[in-house]
Amino acid sequence: MTDHGETTRKGGEIRNFGTQTYKVVGTRPIRHDGTDKVTGRAVYGGDIRLPGMLYGQILRSPHAHARIQRIDTSRAEALPGVHAVVTAADLPDTTGGRIDLGEGHADTKYMRDNILAGDKVLYRGHAVAGVAAVSLHVAEEALALIDVDYELLEPVIDVETAMKDSAPLLHEGLTTTELNEDTGRKSNIAMHIRHEMGDVQQAFAGAAHVAEAEIRTATVHQGYIEPQNGTASWSEDGQLTIWTSTQGSFTAQKQLATILDIPVSKVRVIPQEIGGGFGGKIPVYVEPVAALLSRKTAHPVKIIMTRADVFESTGPTPGSYVRVKMATDASGKLVASEAHIALEAGAFPGAEIGAAAMCVFSCYDIPHAVVDGYDVVVNKPKSAPYRAPGATQVTWPVEKVMDDLARQLGKDPVAFRLDNAAAEGTRRVDGIVYPRIGGRECLEVARDSDHYQSELSGPYRGRGMAIGYWFNIGLKSAVTASVNADGTVHLVEGSTDIGGTRTSVAMQFAETLGLDAADIYPSVGDTSAIGYTDVTGGSRVTYATGWAAYEAAEDVKRQMIERAAILWESSADQVEYSDGVFKTRDGSKSADFKQLAQKLEDTGGPVVGRATVHPDTGVGGSFAVNIVDVEVDPDTGKVDILRFTVIQDAGKAIHPSYVEGQMQGGSVQGIGWALNEEYAYTEEGRMANSTFLDYRMPTSLDLPMIETIIVEVPNPGHPYGVRGVGEASIAPPPAAVAAAVENATGTQLNVLPLRPDRIINAMEDSIPAAAG
Amino acid sequence: MSKIHVQCTINGEPTEFLCEARQSLLEVLREELGFTGTKEGCNDGNCGACSVTVDGVLVDSCLILAAEVQDKTVGTVEGLASAEGLHPLQQKFLEHASLQCGICTPGFLVASKALLDANPNPSQHEIRHWLAGNLCRCTGYDKIVRAVLDAAGTAE
Amino acid sequence: MAMVWIPAPWREKLTQGQQQVDVEGATVRQVIEALDARFPGMRQRIIDPEHDRIRHDIAVSVDGEISVEGLRRKVGETSEVHFLPAMAGG
Repeated sequence: MTDHGETTRKGGEIRNFGTQTYKVVGTRPIRHDGTDKVTGRAVYGGDIRLPGMLYGQILRSPHAHARIQRIDTSRAEALPGVHAVVTAADLPDTTGGRIDLGEGHADTKYMRDNILAGDKVLYRGHAVAGVAAVSLHVAEEALALIDVDYELLEPVIDVETAMKDSAPLLHEGLTTTELNEDTGRKSNIAMHIRHEMGDVQQAFAGAAHVAEAEIRTATVHQGYIEPQNGTASWSEDGQLTIWTSTQGSFTAQKQLATILDIPVSKVRVIPQEIGGGFGGKIPVYVEPVAALLSRKTAHPVKIIMTRADVFESTGPTPGSYVRVKMATDASGKLVASEAHIALEAGAFPGAEIGAAAMCVFSCYDIPHAVVDGYDVVVNKPKSAPYRAPGATQVTWPVEKVMDDLARQLGKDPVAFRLDNAAAEGTRRVDGIVYPRIGGRECLEVARDSDHYQSELSGPYRGRGMAIGYWFNIGLKSAVTASVNADGTVHLVEGSTDIGGTRTSVAMQFAETLGLDAADIYPSVGDTSAIGYTDVTGGSRVTYATGWAAYEAAEDVKRQMIERAAILWESSADQVEYSDGVFKTRDGSKSADFKQLAQKLEDTGGPVVGRATVHPDTGVGGSFAVNIVDVEVDPDTGKVDILRFTVIQDAGKAIHPSYVEGQMQGGSVQGIGWALNEEYAYTEEGRMANSTFLDYRMPTSLDLPMIETIIVEVPNPGHPYGVRGVGEASIAPPPAAVAAAVENATGTQLNVLPLRPDRIINAMEDSIPAAAG
Repeated sequence: MSKIHVQCTINGEPTEFLCEARQSLLEVLREELGFTGTKEGCNDGNCGACSVTVDGVLVDSCLILAAEVQDKTVGTVEGLASAEGLHPLQQKFLEHASLQCGICTPGFLVASKALLDANPNPSQHEIRHWLAGNLCRCTGYDKIVRAVLDAAGTAE
Repeated sequence: MAMVWIPAPWREKLTQGQQQVDVEGATVRQVIEALDARFPGMRQRIIDPEHDRIRHDIAVSVDGEISVEGLRRKVGETSEVHFLPAMAGG
């Protein structure tokens, strides 16, 4: 069987800007959960099977916007094999209130309305009723027997139309807030935020070079391969147990308790292995319906979404409309910028407009800037976070303008960005002053890279580059660690593991104690087995849960030193620990970790280390730079990616292979966003492509190898210098790919995705492309 | 609804089961027989998470009916490793960090094995072409392709 | 004195267009009280009086780091204090 001590094969390049070298941190051990995942043993949410379990299905609205006049479930209930049907009437009717999701807040009423529609359906796919039956097929038949009368209303499916005064309103009671002040103005615009620094008008007036862009991007989906699922068992004693695929078991617990109006202590969430999330598995969808059905039937109930359900009913990322204008002085220094950002929140307020407004100009040092951001409801599924949410939508417009300015100035795109790169001490448009960041280093590494220095020639070929930023988050994490008699350690953490974080957390624990990664057995605890831990999101797990592991290891170290002192009839201040060996200061006694572990029974019993953290200092942001070469087929408009390099600031890469994996995965999601992916809507607001055949995510055949260069600019705020790496890599690819396509074809493009028909039309509209 | 009696071989073991005519092989593998290593991602043949072999041919198990495997030989991810240890592809997937969330991994392993059975020395392009029916959203495919190249001994 | 960065939407209404304001205060709470004394209306825009905490839709940062202790966060002599829209990641 696999030895976890074996290391993985060599990966890409790492450029070090002052990080330390460690024994475990920075190596590439085989992940602890790897064998289970390559043998099919790992249990994912959909694999759960309980005695007496029923299968649930959800009836969804065929209309994008309609008032529900009547729901008649009697024919469905009469079908043999059907145990129960639930609708919004089965949800508690409390109004108002808000819930803290760790990652932002949500309005309780909106959240409940999204689980099962109340008086209105607000998007095609909006859940209307749930059925539990003896089999999936009987449940499916029952859906067809639920009679719903709808009064059709006019849908609004794009952000620009939704913002007009004449637009139909989704929520009669919704008014616009300015930052957090209610304007009383009825509108689909839920929120307007503004950042402003300096005197923007005057700075533009005095500028030498000005460029602008107007960009539209389509609604796209996170595209995780595992559909949402949930199994609920509501016991007669009022205890609700949920098995699910979630990015945060405690966040799921909190949502369930709020939606069902029961105490959190009555909800136990047992997180299963999770088949991808990218932000989309932070909200709950089917779990509360499964819970209601379980309570009504006294059976466990499992619900798994279909792929069409996933597309039509779970959080995509907002479509957007963005305008950006930027200016430099004669020497090429940025002097002013302004942005107008409108994001589609979907059916309920809450697009990541704050993040978009913060990220838009965050790569650059600009003394005068203004940003207006709008959170706008439309008749689409409620948007959910998607990897650096809001950043990708704003990165292309800014980078397109930067390329335009570089052209006007006759400067190399990377050199121009370096001239204006944000660095330690730069004040961003939201007023925050940067600590140590690695944006400049990423650009320098890009400039000097083999890829950027290489020649690209041939007709209809072009190169593009871009930089993007994500701020990362800290939040709360808990870790406990039990020392075993053989000197190994069982480590329990609360962060669900989507990409190998059990191992990156365990490695930091091992490093702190001078143990091997293979000596640590990490597992993810359920909500009854570990302290509160926030979501696996915001690029925070290796950073914050890793920090908790470091603190828990320090706790173990303290206790083990005390045990050594007892064993040697000495005192703790006479014992020191380094390189895995405890010894008395006079050198007379020594024992390694494993030897001392064998003596725990004789020195007071088990040792359990524990730590909780809520880091608010040193949450280091991360920058990603892309260089991409493309070739465009002039007859079909198809784009081939010839070469792609991603350079990202990781702080310290704990497990470089999985850091590269994050960089490569984010890059390819960004390439899909750039070239292929979009929700194609009919006029009635129906998604016309809710399958993986027609919603075209990149396949292995669409891509070359994704070259990586990890840039290590240590984060001074973390014990091992870690910055989160999960998200920044998705921000620059659409900008870089679009620049490459523009260079290859001599066109200007301004809508995502860069579909072949759009490229052909742009080529026909422009002067013939300069070959090469 | 009366059920159909099916006899087949799964991962080398003679197996029999009862199924409804409308049940896919995927549904029977997962829900009736407990082979949950085979995953469901789309149920319409577009993601490859449910890849299995039937008489050595790579198929999406969501696209064939369970009743169709009468007298046939089915191979799932659970049949790759043996008492001697992991299959070389499984080992290479671990060494190359070819999985993140892992939901697509069983499908990729079954598909890669079918490739190497048919073509023991594939080029990178042949690997990318063969695996284009399997979607992975986490890795960008780079480390998966490298693992298959390494397992085949054709690393470039 | 701590420097407070005034959110753009509040400048016209409260601070006569001033972008930055220097105030005394050793904690976020004291800074807000000092601000409200000079620019009435600040407190209600930032503090949720029912729960005695920062409003859910606002995040307060001190020296670039979001305060996890909310109103109780210590503020240094040369600190910068920012009020931002609360936000999230994926």
